[in-house]
Amino acid sequence: MNIPRQEPSPHVVRPETIDELVDAVHTARGNGSSYELVSGGTKRGLGTPSAGTAVLDLSGFSGIEFYEPEELVIKVRAGTRMSEIQAALSEKGQHLAFEPPDYGPVFGHDRLADTIGGVVACNLAGPRRVIAGSAKDSVLGLEGVNGRGEVFKCGGRTVKNVTGYDMAKLLTGSFGTLAALTSITLKVLPRPEGELTLIISGADDYSACHLLSKSLQLPVAISGAAHSGGIGCAKGLTSFRLEGVSASLRPRLYQLKEHLKFGYATHVIEGSESQAHWRDIRDLSAFSADQKSCLWRMLAPVGDAAKLACSIGGEALYDWGGNEVFVRASYEDVLSQAQRLRDRAVRAGGVADLFRAAKALRLDVGAFQPKSEALASLSARIKAMFDPAGLLNPGRLGISG
Amino acid sequence: MKMPEIDTSIVNRREEIAVLLRHIVGQEWVLDSEAERRPYESDGLMAYSALPLLVVLPSCTEEIRQVLMYCQAEHVKVVPRGSGTSLSGGALPLEDAILLGTARMNEILQIDAANRVARVQPGVQNASISEAVAHLGLCYMPDPSSQAISTIGGNVAENSGGIHCLKYGMTSNHITGLEVVLLNGDVIRTGGDFIGASDREFDLTGALIGSEGLLAMVTEVTVRLVPKPISTRVLSLGFSSVEAASQCVGSIIGNGIIPAGLEFMDRKVIDAVSSMLGQEPPKEVQALLLCELDGTPEEVDSLVERVQTIAKGMGVADVQISHSEEEREALWTSRKAAFGAMGKIAHDIYVTDGTIPRGKLPEILKVIDELSHKYGLQYANCFHAGDGNLHPMILFDSAREGDTEHAEAFGAEILKACVDLGGVLSGEHGIGVEKRDLMGLQFSDVDLAQQQRFKCAFDPAELLNPGKVFPTPCRCVELGKMTIHGQNIRFADIPRF
Repeated sequence: MNIPRQEPSPHVVRPETIDELVDAVHTARGNGSSYELVSGGTKRGLGTPSAGTAVLDLSGFSGIEFYEPEELVIKVRAGTRMSEIQAALSEKGQHLAFEPPDYGPVFGHDRLADTIGGVVACNLAGPRRVIAGSAKDSVLGLEGVNGRGEVFKCGGRTVKNVTGYDMAKLLTGSFGTLAALTSITLKVLPRPEGELTLIISGADDYSACHLLSKSLQLPVAISGAAHSGGIGCAKGLTSFRLEGVSASLRPRLYQLKEHLKFGYATHVIEGSESQAHWRDIRDLSAFSADQKSCLWRMLAPVGDAAKLACSIGGEALYDWGGNEVFVRASYEDVLSQAQRLRDRAVRAGGVADLFRAAKALRLDVGAFQPKSEALASLSARIKAMFDPAGLLNPGRLGISG
Repeated sequence: MKMPEIDTSIVNRREEIAVLLRHIVGQEWVLDSEAERRPYESDGLMAYSALPLLVVLPSCTEEIRQVLMYCQAEHVKVVPRGSGTSLSGGALPLEDAILLGTARMNEILQIDAANRVARVQPGVQNASISEAVAHLGLCYMPDPSSQAISTIGGNVAENSGGIHCLKYGMTSNHITGLEVVLLNGDVIRTGGDFIGASDREFDLTGALIGSEGLLAMVTEVTVRLVPKPISTRVLSLGFSSVEAASQCVGSIIGNGIIPAGLEFMDRKVIDAVSSMLGQEPPKEVQALLLCELDGTPEEVDSLVERVQTIAKGMGVADVQISHSEEEREALWTSRKAAFGAMGKIAHDIYVTDGTIPRGKLPEILKVIDELSHKYGLQYANCFHAGDGNLHPMILFDSAREGDTEHAEAFGAEILKACVDLGGVLSGEHGIGVEKRDLMGLQFSDVDLAQQQRFKCAFDPAELLNPGKVFPTPCRCVELGKMTIHGQNIRFADIPRF
């Protein structure tokens, strides 16, 4: 086991106004430093480590700018805690439909410490992605400061907007490599009136992936399709969530069971029990306790997911109907498996990313599996247009800068 | 509308260029005679026209790659085109540019029910995707009104909307991956063939959608399929005032109901439609809402009841509810006939396309009415009320001196008012040439420069669809220098011109 050397604490800059943020960017340009962007700091372990020489702490940009429930829109400063946003929405019976996960605990941090800026920068999504998309499908507008120190805005506050390039899509999920976000406008939706979950026990990973896929082709509006399995691909637990108008839940459940046709044992959970079940899936709670193990995250066609996951051997959690799978692996296994696993993933049209691992290992193996030369070269040109001096999160996302 | 200056040296080389392009795409797929080029002179924005240099119809990605590389090397401009239904002039030709059409690339390459996606070529018509997957119980949800004609490539370029955006989102929420070709010949795959495939990379899939053909030529599109809802019902709600109808929109959504579609028509449209279809709508109805609900039967029935209760609480004057597919289609007929019906009562119609926050509906309607007096032109309103996307129709007579200019100025003022009320210049038709010179109303110089630099990363020579979207050329070399003067040049591999 490589123990990383204790690194000296980097200089932290914490702007509280947009002018201070602009100054911070100009200062870095002047003195040749660069920044790692943080806010809640819960996702510093996710992805390729930033090579920034100082820390740009954006948690000073906090608070709800406006929330108009009837308009289904909220505008918040980027450093606002998710817990604050969710409490405000909950009071009006609304939520962020993309079900943002709280990855704090799985990366060894506290719960409820994450901020909207991090969620948007990483384009996160929970199990409801199968029906409601990810952060980028809910982001309507963004404001921020790019690597040139320019204050910009993109998008707006309405769902229908095709005015100019959709820069909000580009920036969402860019891991802070193009700009430091200061404000985010999001679409919100009414919370479903009720929910219930069908849990099937005993399906192996391959059968489970088949069931997940089949369920999502049915007109019953499945809003979560996940499976916990792995470890020899033996028997696991497969979960299907139904949400919406309460009167519709039982008829949809009946239809789901009718169509899936399986011989496994089942049970149904409802209300808060169902909510807790999906919160655990969303936040990867099964992987939070053991911080030493590494986690692979694969994105692949559902037909290849089980094969990829089972080749690793550890405990696996399939989400998004089997298009996303997390698998536990040891440090040594990661080193020996990485190349072969990634070759397999590419052949399947997917990727195998090192989601959680010691910094040295992420640097060594590369957190994100590169996809193509042409894409990397275009990405580098885009990075250069936004941040020509490479001041913002250099190296994060694996893009040079 | 000023278009880029025509490069006569290119126009003079028409035949030479045609010969070289024929080597790539085949003899019959380069149209050079005036008679063959004439049908391509306009798109859906009929006020503008220009004969393209040549019309080039490639059959595959490799041919597009070779055509683009040739154009880059010879400095020939390129205007992409699907079916040419753009309402903002996105596919308006230029006299010194080839028109690169996708009509021959119209194959559905793969239907993958397990991952609920289909990989298709850009020339495939929107509606034919849903037809091809209907037997699987799946559909492609975005349904712009042009869906019987418009292509998926064009939908991607414009980020097309339609009546179901309120619940299901725009084109960009339904695409998981693209294959595109850059002017330099790079073939790039963004995202992939499943949900989540665009994660953990710059979301170029998202940024290319709605880029109006200025960044790259789309050669393949992976669309997301969803289960077709089992039950769909529509309520037709007639109100005695425009204000009451607007308030009802807010109440339905405020009560936690997201209809699949929520459409608004004012009395002028109702009258036009009625006279065309021979109907007699109740006299007291001044505004009509069409509210469509979909899902499982139990869900839809329960929501229909709730919407009806809400509408009654708002004093609805006339309610009709569909109980069968035939009744549903009949109720929709009026909305679908709206533009055609208006066309019968006016010489010319100018339809514009701004979006406002829903709650500002009464305010914008007042502004439009005032502008109507100012310009002395009649108007009618028909729009996607649920998401605040307006399509005011300005009635004018192009044969009358000054009317066309007045109609355009009227439209521009409506759009300015939309922006002032917190909305945007275009909800679904795009900027194209139509709203190009209004971009400064919504974006600062910095915002525009940032978007133009983004283009420079794809097309530094500005050969792809020039004269569209931005009021001024990108001038990539200058833009790149603007704030990095005096520093070492990073990324020396970027092509610089």
